[in-house]
Amino acid sequence: MKKPMIKVQQEYSASNGNNSSRRKFLKMGSLAVVGSGFLLSCSDDDDLMDPVDRGDVFDLGSGDVGILNYAYALEQLEAAFYTNVLDGSYWMNASAEERLILEDLYKHEVIHRDFFKAAINQAVGGDTSKVLPELEFDFASVDFSDRSSVLGTARVLEDTGVAAYNGAGSLLTTPDYLVIAGKIVSVEARHAAAIRSIFMDDPKAFAGDDVVDENGLDLARSPSQILTAVGDTGFVKTQFTANQLPG
Amino acid sequence: MNIIKFLDEFTSENLSAKTSSRREAFSTLGSLGKKAALTAIPFGLATSSGKAFAAQDQNAAIGALQLALTLEYLEAEFYLKALNSGVLPGGSKAEAIYEQISKHESAHVEFLKSGLGENSIESPEFDFTAGGAFDPFNNNGAGQEVAYAQLLALAQAFEDTGVRAYKGQAGNLMGTQFLTPALQIHSVEARHASEIRRLRADVMGENLDQNALGWITLDNRGPGMPEATQAVYDGEENVVQGGVNLVDATAFGDVAVSQAYDEPMDGQTASNIAGLFIVS
Repeated sequence: MKKPMIKVQQEYSASNGNNSSRRKFLKMGSLAVVGSGFLLSCSDDDDLMDPVDRGDVFDLGSGDVGILNYAYALEQLEAAFYTNVLDGSYWMNASAEERLILEDLYKHEVIHRDFFKAAINQAVGGDTSKVLPELEFDFASVDFSDRSSVLGTARVLEDTGVAAYNGAGSLLTTPDYLVIAGKIVSVEARHAAAIRSIFMDDPKAFAGDDVVDENGLDLARSPSQILTAVGDTGFVKTQFTANQLPG
Repeated sequence: MNIIKFLDEFTSENLSAKTSSRREAFSTLGSLGKKAALTAIPFGLATSSGKAFAAQDQNAAIGALQLALTLEYLEAEFYLKALNSGVLPGGSKAEAIYEQISKHESAHVEFLKSGLGENSIESPEFDFTAGGAFDPFNNNGAGQEVAYAQLLALAQAFEDTGVRAYKGQAGNLMGTQFLTPALQIHSVEARHASEIRRLRADVMGENLDQNALGWITLDNRGPGMPEATQAVYDGEENVVQGGVNLVDATAFGDVAVSQAYDEPMDGQTASNIAGLFIVS
């Protein structure tokens, strides 16, 4: 059975690159669209037969391995972003506190990324055809010499990470994986709070009303919502599909 | 993958075997509150083993939510009293941060009460001096400066405990409608913890200290934290995740690896910590 295949459309004009409009774009739910090579087709039906054959386009897979590959994709994105941050002139000239925070975030995300690679390899018994390959990224839309561009993007990535893990927890069937996701999501939330705190003027922004609702609940988004938003950023160059993920 | 055994440590079996009623359990915890008058007794070590958290139901999920509600009652009352104490500088960033956290903790109480329905529990009576060990609201002559330091230290201990305690209950909520909301509360607690930690660091002029950032380094409680809070941080030094030693597997040492993962706390430890502040 063929799945619907969504090719994320380009809507963001590269000329529309001033910081305030970028920040607006980068809010959850209206993520910036800066070109895309990302193919997404999450299905809400229960039929997990026959992933669409895309030749060498990787599919995240089904079940817990699919969710782990999904998390691995997000951690690859975050790690690549902070690697670029530490190569950029904003970070090199930033205040000591901001340098320290961003350097820690870089380390944590690289550690998360490398963990998922090892954990998925272990989960699939070393069958590397089931492990998401190393993705290529394009951060041309981020100005790594500009504080607002760097911290604004960091904020979106961290809040997105929180929403993604919160939304994926109930899809996991292995208790150990749920606990590991929990160990990571709270660190992502610590990151999000710190970035918001140094970047946004509002002293309540660390857990602002834009991310925490009236019940005191944080963001939670399904994989399809997250992958659409991530696809819309245009940061991910390598195509992959999510044909078998729930949600 | 062989990761942790936390599920064994907080099963419904333990709950039903060790605690017959909430009243009984809270009276047990009440005696802990009095023991805590000895400042030397650290968090979580003030009780002997075999005293389980108050759960009225054998169902692990309900026990998990009742533990969560108890911790939320504690936090909600703490922040309300903090805001009314006059200890926080008026109009300060600290006051705004406490207001926002207070709003969330009170919302969590209402959310969990409503989620638990007839299995809900009433708020214990709290003593935030822990039997005279602390004076966070400056009611007993500690002075504004000491009270403020304790107000920040207790907030950090409560938030870091909350993060670990919710994480420790995730397995008990698997397959229930409460898992996702519990995760959504859990990450809010982590946002709070990060901000309180950074606020403390700012107040102390320690914001370049690796042990005073928004995340937990090894099992360090951080500069200025009372030794009595060490139980909140014990076990956070773990560097093995899913059977993978991440110091060996990555280019980074144990400082960064331990920071990158928060560790769960079992229900017993969490209820012991809360018990230090429960009178009845």
